[in-house]
Amino acid sequence: MSQLPLERRRRLRLRRRGVLPGFGLTLGYTLFYVGLLVLLPLFALVFKSSTQGLSAFVNAVTDERALLAYWLSFRTALAGAAINAVFGVVVAWVLVRYTFPGKSLLDALVDLPFALPTAVAGIALTAVYSENAWVGSKLMSMDVKVAFTQLGIVVALTFIGIPFVVRTVQPVLEELETDVEEAAALLGAGRVQTFWRVILPSLMPAILTGFALAFARALGEYGSVVFISGNMPMKTEIAPLLIVTKLEQYDYAGATAIATVMLTASFLLLFGINLLQRWARRAEA
Amino acid sequence: MTSLSTSRPALRLARRTLALLALSLGLGNCNKPSNAAPSKATGAASPKEPDAEPVTLLNVSYDPTRELYTAFNAHFAKKWEAEHHQKVTVNQSHGGGGKQARAVIDGLEADVVTLAVAYDVNQLHDKAKLLPGNWQSRLEQNSSPYVSTIVFVVRAGNPQKIKDWNDLARDGVKVITPNPKTSGGARWNYLAAWGYALKQPGGDDAKAQSFVEKMYKNVPVLDSGARGSTTTFVERGIGDVLVTWENEALLSVKELGKGKLEIVVPSVSILTEPPVTVVDKVVDKHGTRAVAEAYLKELYSPEGQEIAAKHFYRPRNADVAAKYKQQFPDLTLFTVDDLFGGWAKAQPTHFNDGGLFDKIYKPAK
Repeated sequence: MSQLPLERRRRLRLRRRGVLPGFGLTLGYTLFYVGLLVLLPLFALVFKSSTQGLSAFVNAVTDERALLAYWLSFRTALAGAAINAVFGVVVAWVLVRYTFPGKSLLDALVDLPFALPTAVAGIALTAVYSENAWVGSKLMSMDVKVAFTQLGIVVALTFIGIPFVVRTVQPVLEELETDVEEAAALLGAGRVQTFWRVILPSLMPAILTGFALAFARALGEYGSVVFISGNMPMKTEIAPLLIVTKLEQYDYAGATAIATVMLTASFLLLFGINLLQRWARRAEA
Repeated sequence: MTSLSTSRPALRLARRTLALLALSLGLGNCNKPSNAAPSKATGAASPKEPDAEPVTLLNVSYDPTRELYTAFNAHFAKKWEAEHHQKVTVNQSHGGGGKQARAVIDGLEADVVTLAVAYDVNQLHDKAKLLPGNWQSRLEQNSSPYVSTIVFVVRAGNPQKIKDWNDLARDGVKVITPNPKTSGGARWNYLAAWGYALKQPGGDDAKAQSFVEKMYKNVPVLDSGARGSTTTFVERGIGDVLVTWENEALLSVKELGKGKLEIVVPSVSILTEPPVTVVDKVVDKHGTRAVAEAYLKELYSPEGQEIAAKHFYRPRNADVAAKYKQQFPDLTLFTVDDLFGGWAKAQPTHFNDGGLFDKIYKPAK
């Protein structure tokens, strides 16, 4: 532990000669790249939303309908990401630890939500879950309505979030040797104990990353959700739909105001999870 | 078959494509289309040189006009070439009306726009000064060469016995219409219902508002666009009645076979006038004003009107209208100007944030 501050101080000094050359060049390139691709559009967004007065901004952002929409987006994204954090780990576990016929096919299927245009995903999900469809009608007979409700939104967001958790957990699981578990068993740990105290702690950073990515992606998702949500004002109206609604009225400032709120929320969240991860890694060490 | 003879046309084709590409790039970059590339290309492509350089127009339109303009563009290109010895290619762009207008405002160089609602075209003036404020009076008939109206589509046999607008507000009837906040078509639907209630004996704004409110209480899904609603109604089998443009209704009935769906024409409806106009700033920059204006004029010609009628738009021309009488039943039609004081007034009153549509869903306080 006492070595750590020294290490960090040394890392902060830019002129330190590393093993690999080209630090200055690549750093400059990185800053330029991130600046051009990420910061510039974000700056334009904030700039556009600042063209209106502060009171107009506050009004647009704190409108009752907007508040309901943030809350809905936040809740459903959280639910979707949480479901994926649990079941994505299971999928990753199966893909890493077992061999069975069709495994590589299953492995490839996991990436499909990445590749599919979101509108297609939305239409496909609605085709399955609407009240007259194959699955939807069976669920309806159990009094569970999926399409055109908030549950439908969660289903869509879970669908688009699967790859994030699976793909972040998978490589970590592959690194995790089974002999660690065997050692735990030899030292007298039960199965549950091994899972909670040995496996889960080493997977936690990866799960958190996957969770954060899935959550952030779900917050901003528009294409698939508008097909399955029904878009009822105050009930199933997600924040990105509100942005499109405002654009349709040529209210650019109002739209960017809501976008700014969403952006800030996502950034704070990702930043928070990054901090949490660093803390977890240090606690582990 | 020698390989030489087959490769030559291919080479020509490649050259021509390259030249076209260069031309379209040139159009985007400088005031005049670059002269060198196209003239060289036409020289290489055919010995008989056309009198004028080929010209390209971009028509930015809304969603359901895709088939109409595919047919009309072919007709116009043929006619223009015969009369002016100049090749004209009309490129089309389709999408939601509001989205399309925003793309033009943000710099998509449309020579002409053919949109769903005059309100969207007004924005081209208000937000970007791309055309003069009086654009709508420049062409006949409010700049709408073809029109349509709002009708109902019901399931075969009309099990819910839907005859007129008041049936849509009945308890237990499920109505499918898109979200007026995001769909231009939905705004016409809403105004048509409102106008019907106004036109009833003793009708006033308060009664119209409560009627429209009752109707929207019967709407289980507000799709983001008109095609989405058609999908919900037709493919998902949700709802008893779909409120939509007549041209969309005729098209979906034609495509799905007659046995499944029926069209019900209400007693009163709104005259939907999709406006067309040249975008002055763009045609002056491209030097395409003459051909763009001729393109829109051609829509008013008997041939243009016939093409519109074939694609289920009501023609303005009386002769053509008479010919297609069976397809377009008579009904009382009112316009947005008649009852709502035009789009410039209707949009903020009804559809902008805090407007009357929002009140339907605001819980009473």
